Amino acid sequence: MAFPDIALVLPLAIGLVAAALAARLGGHRAAIAGSVAAGLAFLAYVLVSAGAEGGAAPASAFWSVPSLGIAGGLRLDGLSLLLALLITGIGALVLLYAGRYLQGDPRLTRLVVLLLLFMVAMLGAVTADDVITLFVFWELTSIASFFLVGYDHEKAGARKAALQALLVTGGGGLALLAGLILVAMAAGTTSLSGIIAAREAVLAHPAAMPAMLLVVLGCFTKSAQFPFHFWLPNAMAAPTPVSAYLHSATMVKLGVYLLARLSPVYQSEALWQDLLTGAGLLTAATGALLALRENDLKRVLAYTTVTALGTLVLLIGIAPDLSATAAVTFLLVHALYKAALFLVAGILDHETGTRDAAALGGLRHAMPWTAAAAVLAALSMAGLPPFVGFVAKEIVYEAKLATGGAAGVVAGIGFLVNAAMVAVAGLLSWRIFFGPRRPTPRAPHDPPKSMLAGPVLLASLGLLAGAAPGLVGAWLLDDAATAILGRPVEVPLKLWHGFTPVLAMSAATIALGLLILLGWERLMPRLRGVAAMDRFGPSRGYDRALARVIDFAEGTTRAVQHGSLRGYMRTLLLVAALAPLAVLLARGGVDLPESGGLDPRAFAFGLVALGAVATALARSTFAAVMAVGLVGFGTALVFLTHGAPDVALTQFTVEVLLVVILATVLIRLPVKARDIRTPRQRAGDAAVAVALGGSVAMLLLAVLASPFDPRLGEWFGENSVPAGHGRNVVNVILVDFRALDTLGEIAVLAIAAFAVIALLRGAARPLRPGN
Amino acid sequence: METALALTIGVLVAAAAYLLLARDLPRALLGFVLLGTGANLAILAAGRVGTMAPPLVASGAEALAAGAANPLPQALVLTAIVIGFGLAAFALVLVMRAHAEFGTACAEDMDEAERPDEVPATARPALAPAAARKEAA
Amino acid sequence: MDASLILRVSAPLLLWVPMAVSVYLLIRGHNAPGGGFVGGLVASAGLVFYAISRGQEAALRAMRLPPASWCGIGLLTALGSGLLAWLDPSAGYLTHRWWFPDISVTLPLGTALVFDIGVYLTVIGTITAMVFALVGEETG
Repeated sequence: MAFPDIALVLPLAIGLVAAALAARLGGHRAAIAGSVAAGLAFLAYVLVSAGAEGGAAPASAFWSVPSLGIAGGLRLDGLSLLLALLITGIGALVLLYAGRYLQGDPRLTRLVVLLLLFMVAMLGAVTADDVITLFVFWELTSIASFFLVGYDHEKAGARKAALQALLVTGGGGLALLAGLILVAMAAGTTSLSGIIAAREAVLAHPAAMPAMLLVVLGCFTKSAQFPFHFWLPNAMAAPTPVSAYLHSATMVKLGVYLLARLSPVYQSEALWQDLLTGAGLLTAATGALLALRENDLKRVLAYTTVTALGTLVLLIGIAPDLSATAAVTFLLVHALYKAALFLVAGILDHETGTRDAAALGGLRHAMPWTAAAAVLAALSMAGLPPFVGFVAKEIVYEAKLATGGAAGVVAGIGFLVNAAMVAVAGLLSWRIFFGPRRPTPRAPHDPPKSMLAGPVLLASLGLLAGAAPGLVGAWLLDDAATAILGRPVEVPLKLWHGFTPVLAMSAATIALGLLILLGWERLMPRLRGVAAMDRFGPSRGYDRALARVIDFAEGTTRAVQHGSLRGYMRTLLLVAALAPLAVLLARGGVDLPESGGLDPRAFAFGLVALGAVATALARSTFAAVMAVGLVGFGTALVFLTHGAPDVALTQFTVEVLLVVILATVLIRLPVKARDIRTPRQRAGDAAVAVALGGSVAMLLLAVLASPFDPRLGEWFGENSVPAGHGRNVVNVILVDFRALDTLGEIAVLAIAAFAVIALLRGAARPLRPGN
Repeated sequence: METALALTIGVLVAAAAYLLLARDLPRALLGFVLLGTGANLAILAAGRVGTMAPPLVASGAEALAAGAANPLPQALVLTAIVIGFGLAAFALVLVMRAHAEFGTACAEDMDEAERPDEVPATARPALAPAAARKEAA
Repeated sequence: MDASLILRVSAPLLLWVPMAVSVYLLIRGHNAPGGGFVGGLVASAGLVFYAISRGQEAALRAMRLPPASWCGIGLLTALGSGLLAWLDPSAGYLTHRWWFPDISVTLPLGTALVFDIGVYLTVIGTITAMVFALVGEETG
């Protein structure tokens, strides 16, 4: 493998090896190992990006499936790098944190292994340069999320939340797969860079719009856009490290990532712009509103994440250069402060025993380091200078104001949403750590260093990046924004823009946010009292749809799997009877074959038919067995008189043996010898039987009347002697031409023999326990 | 002759179906055997019948004579007969075991015999939402 | 089992005549009606009737090895007959090889016969295993 191959696969390999290692180590040490591995993967990406020559994105196509037209391969451009660094960096801190947070929990090892596998899946998804690879990793993240949300699997709520997250994102995944396949067909390649290069072809394809809608649908479910936002707060059933990692910093960004990735293709499409701005705005507003009516810290944070995701989608939907820059800046900023805040929420839960925002207050003396991290992160979230959140908010406002006709609406809603974010930021920092001290279930103190490292480091990074925004821009964000736009762009990140309308908006936002914060104690219960929000939300729609699916499945099962052998048999036989009849009727009836008159061989037919009828009507099992024998000997006679001596001999011998075992076994079974069907049942069964018999006879007549292609039989006849050195063509077919089939058949025979022996040997032991 | 053979097979299949629908398993087993025979005959018929000459290449000749029977269906049927026997024997053992287990050879009675110690519906594993719904109810 | 005198006296014949016939059917099967399936069935029928007249123990003794072993040996023989095909690297598995010994009897020797012997043994093992198991179960 060449340099890029190793470089791009290495982080994935590190993750997998670490997962295997963690499974062996177990417990706290597994978490440490995982954290180190994630750190190494982070370093690997830094080195790869530094080692890339001339700004070209390192790409690798070490695997592909040409027969399926899958291009395969990995690629690391600016956007991928930004996400890969977030995934590995935050991953390292979260794993370190989780080792302490869940110390002593017997399931910690499982959590660590799952987190590492998730990390690998995420890295694969964001570095895939091929839509199929992307999709596979995408789905793997959904599966990892399922297991992680259902971590407390003894709790019904956790199971329900896990299934909900899986169904919503997995359902969207199906749409995404369909959309990606359509797009790949239109572009003529599955390569992502190829698709972007084939923009014209993708847009000109007749199914271009459905394909786009399907892809957007998949991205919306993954990134919790309205009306699919409801799964994200419910996914907070997961342990806090998982929420911080999957459900705020990384996995939910995957939808945003793909939208950004495909933005060069679609950004000039009006429908794309309208969809993304509309959904983004609605999602941001919904998240902000719902965040204000929660008091559980994690749910508050989840809704603010929904808001952030909405903002990101909105920014991608707005076309101009500024929005791309704004999107990548905000993506980075949000990941930093939100992961930090989640980890702080986990610390509060861990150390005080509650995550009720209303029950916490005045903790700054008890846990100064936690307070510091929370305040730093919250200031970044609120968008105050000199934090990177301020830089992001300024540029987001600028981007919004630069929107075309709807600038007023976009900026207006954005203003209100941001005010709500300021209020939430205040809630998470000011209210909890300052103000009056409220009693908590446990005496709070700062957690161990391994738990503090994450929030403190992430929050400090927010401050650093804010103080020197240009540095981050040049290193990371320029390239990422370039990837979104499809052409080079310089990020004009500045902390101070001068006295502009944007600055005025920022000031007003903060003022309104503080007002909301002051009134939160009264506002929250009042908002919560609006029951209509619970009753008519999409969450209820999901519940109802799921209940309906289960009802339907239960109904179908009752109807189809009724448990009556006769019922199954009747259905099978009727279908077997009616399906050929329907085909024959559709073809316009049956032609009779040219049939010479009857000759003496018809005697054998008579034996067969007589034996068959006698078996069906026999009063005793013994008579029935004898009649079966008659059918067999008649059949042997038919074979013998139709040029099949081998078959006749086989049939004859088998029939002798069959009669021997049937006569010995069946007759000794103390069965009711008579047919116990009621006359009514018999009449019904006879009707089904006659229908099937008639159908088979007509089908055969139709077959016999149609022209015959004798080539296959002739080929065997001609090649038997030259190629098989045998004059008995039937035998040559069996042992030579089709020897592999025969081998399979005798293997089946041997298996049947062993099954018989096993079943009879086991007769002494009951099949079912407790019988 | 072809018509007569087709009708014979029809009768055979009808008898087999009638037996397969019986309420006691031994009869159903006989129906299974008859159905196999019917299928074998149908394969033979589909390869065209009429001649009595077996598919043997005459001594000294290199290829099969024109009037000989079609060898392919014969090869198929030959193995099918033996496998049919194997399956019939296996089915017979199942009937015996079922009889030893449930004390009856009637499928419906076996179903009844099985129900009492069936797992109660509440303990059955169900999808999480269904369980949640039950808990809520 | 209450076997009749005739059955008991003729028992050795009942065993060896079908055996001889079955081997004859097996060997000539490539050129005339017969073959591994037919031969194996005839041999099985002989063993089954021997068992009916002289008891299953006697039949099993006559077989030397348990029926299941016959199955295994037969399957392995059939499987192994195909391996010789690889003497010619270009040939596929189970492509039979032939030798024409320069003797007056025109008996081409080929791995096809080995394959058919495998079929023959498997059929004997299967049928006797099944019948003995089923019938033995009832007669004790």
